[in-house]
Amino acid sequence: MRFSISPEMATQEVQPNETLSNLKAESDTLKTKLEDERAKLHDVELHQVAEKVDGLGQFIMKTRRTLKGHGNKVLCMDWCKDKRRIVSSSQDGKVIVWDAFTTNKEHAVTMPCTWVMACAYAPSGCAVACGGLDNKCSVYPLSLDKNENLAAKKKSVAMHTNYLSACSFTNSDMQILTSSGDGTCALWDVESGQLLQSFHGHAADVLCLDLAPSETGNTFISGGCDKKANVWDMRSGQCIQSFETHESDINSVRYYPSGDAFASGSDDATCRLYDLRADREVAIYSKESIIFGASSVDFSLSGRLLFGGYNDYTINVWDVLKGTRVSILFGHENRVSALRVSPDGTAFCSGSWDHTLRVWA
Amino acid sequence: MTISTLTRGGAQREQQHCLRKMERVIIAMQDPDIGLKMRNQRLLITVIPHAMTGNDIMEWLIQKYNITDEEAGHLGGLLVQYGYIYPLKEPRSLILRSDDSPYRFQTPYFWTSSRWPASELDYAIYLAKKNIRKQGELVDYEKQNYNLLHKRINHTWDFVVMQAREQIRASKQRRKADRIVLECQEQAYWLVNKPCPGAFDVFDLGPERCNVLNSRVILNSSLLFFLLRISSVPNNSLSSHFLLSLSCVCSFMKFCDQYHQHDPIMSGCLPSNPWISDDTTHWTINTDLVGTPTRLRVERWSFSFMELLNDCLGRREFMTYLEKEFSGENLCFWEACEDLRHGESSKIILKVEEVYKTFLSPGAARWVNIDSKTMERTLEGIKQPHRFVMDDAQMHIYFLMKKDSYPRYLKSDLYKNMLSKAIVPQETKKSVFPFMRRQRHSSPSPAMVSQATEDNEPKYL
Repeated sequence: MRFSISPEMATQEVQPNETLSNLKAESDTLKTKLEDERAKLHDVELHQVAEKVDGLGQFIMKTRRTLKGHGNKVLCMDWCKDKRRIVSSSQDGKVIVWDAFTTNKEHAVTMPCTWVMACAYAPSGCAVACGGLDNKCSVYPLSLDKNENLAAKKKSVAMHTNYLSACSFTNSDMQILTSSGDGTCALWDVESGQLLQSFHGHAADVLCLDLAPSETGNTFISGGCDKKANVWDMRSGQCIQSFETHESDINSVRYYPSGDAFASGSDDATCRLYDLRADREVAIYSKESIIFGASSVDFSLSGRLLFGGYNDYTINVWDVLKGTRVSILFGHENRVSALRVSPDGTAFCSGSWDHTLRVWA
Repeated sequence: MTISTLTRGGAQREQQHCLRKMERVIIAMQDPDIGLKMRNQRLLITVIPHAMTGNDIMEWLIQKYNITDEEAGHLGGLLVQYGYIYPLKEPRSLILRSDDSPYRFQTPYFWTSSRWPASELDYAIYLAKKNIRKQGELVDYEKQNYNLLHKRINHTWDFVVMQAREQIRASKQRRKADRIVLECQEQAYWLVNKPCPGAFDVFDLGPERCNVLNSRVILNSSLLFFLLRISSVPNNSLSSHFLLSLSCVCSFMKFCDQYHQHDPIMSGCLPSNPWISDDTTHWTINTDLVGTPTRLRVERWSFSFMELLNDCLGRREFMTYLEKEFSGENLCFWEACEDLRHGESSKIILKVEEVYKTFLSPGAARWVNIDSKTMERTLEGIKQPHRFVMDDAQMHIYFLMKKDSYPRYLKSDLYKNMLSKAIVPQETKKSVFPFMRRQRHSSPSPAMVSQATEDNEPKYL
């Protein structure tokens, strides 16, 4: 259910005689009570309704491009709106911009820190943002002058008190949304580096985020080590919905193309689909033989397929409606750390700890 | 912030689930009823009891999980990599061979999850044993580790050597088969826990997670959250909740169905998928402001108002339509509000003024028709301009266009002509000679394109 918390309520003073353990006990009791109430309501499962839908035929997807050039684990990647360029970042601090179609490297920057866990392409295609263990998010305008040192024009935008886990430009090059190991998300003005809004509510590291494609474009989701996936209002900074059904850290969240639902991938080796209007989990994508966590998930353009990159080096392809696994893709030689479908849905790219990126179609 | 590969807290958290699941698989594999049939396996001249072949492992996995050879091989390989099963032949090579190579289950005492992190003392004793038993048995990285340990725990070195000798003496008194098994178990454990540099490291996990935060604050807001959730659980009938649930779920099916033809991975794309054929025609015929769009693209404009607006060509067409109806200012206003919302903070005041002058002030050149209440609220808000001050007005105009102009546009001749003119490219048949690779042409970088345009505003100061 949706509701709004007034700012005053959220910061109410705790009574001095309420000990931490009392609070925790009360919280747990309420949580159980809520779950009991929900269990009484008959909810329909997605796969039950989808029984009448045609099954998918034989699924063939192969690696069409292999991008080699990172000297260390690839941690993150993002597509450019031109549907063929990619930015990727790695453990050794390198951020590379590729034309994935020709596999040529177009730009390379070395960050002053290692473990660059987040990178994003600006909507205009003229800049990239990245960050990691430096606790910052920096923006690099992409210059075509081969002699120009990209690092010279670097702009420090976000400052967190712990590592940067994810970043994303909003509808323009002017604002960046970040998530961090310090448990918060934040919205920044790129030009001035000013903090526009901060989002508090996760009880531990926030590992991922995704912006809503909805028409009002005012919300985003985040997932964290507290096993929660939260939906936030960008304008007020409030958490408007929260889902806690995973059994371990949520590594990746991604909106369903219509914006009415989202998928999550977790260390508990499952991916789940949450319906935002029905306010509940509607599907679990798991298999007994899948033991390792899902690090990154994304939907195909129609939302029928969910691609999950896993820590056991494989990519599992799920039928979103029926809940079954359509295919398993081998190829990477170490864990898959990043996975994104291209903007026009013609392919998807996976980045791995085996130092390579692969484009599949 | 440190990167810790061996901290109990950090490493344990992330691996907990995986290791427990792997252990469940291993236990099932050893189940007397449904598990593997273990036999004596021959290793050179010795007979090792309770062993199985790589093939046995594969078959069991295939059968139990209903998976393919490839997946079973992969899963089995991971079980070996993580030290739950070890090879008897070529023990340093931690891979699963799907033939009659002998393997054994690692004893729970040596499970990766049980003895974590590995003790330095134990490792020193193990290396000392190897060194004593046969000179030159230690490989390079082991020699290096041995020397490092010798320096680091020099004060207990006598104890280390004493223990090593004692263990060697005790093992000499065992039966040969037992001795070999114990040696293999111990060796397997150390190969996983102290791998050769460059080899797969189970403990290579990345930056430490789960930095504990202010629990009190979090619990308090958590509590509040649940309280509000409980109070809003519907008291109305079960059936209306069921119907909501059903309609939500059905909407996914509808969406997938509607977009099925537009999803290149599901239905292919015309003339061909550039990544597969190396032919970029699909991209060139779908550029932003192409002369004649494709049929699929024009059809997509009818799926939702957002689809029309998100496509620059669609938006341009819609603007043309609105101008004809003398309501073009609505779209202009909406675009100006978007620009305000997503633009630089420093330009907010300027932009708000512009918007007011152009669209809201009495007698404005492109006055937009907003209801009086919203107008009043907006004008009040403008006194202290901020990024979201136009939100209400923007929303009002957006829904006006969506509910009124948009449906009429779809029925208009303008749209219908667009649809009939739209091209349907021919599918490229797969080339007769699949080995001939087309040359992959590069494309102008978006960064260059934008630098070249004249009225380009600098995006960074």
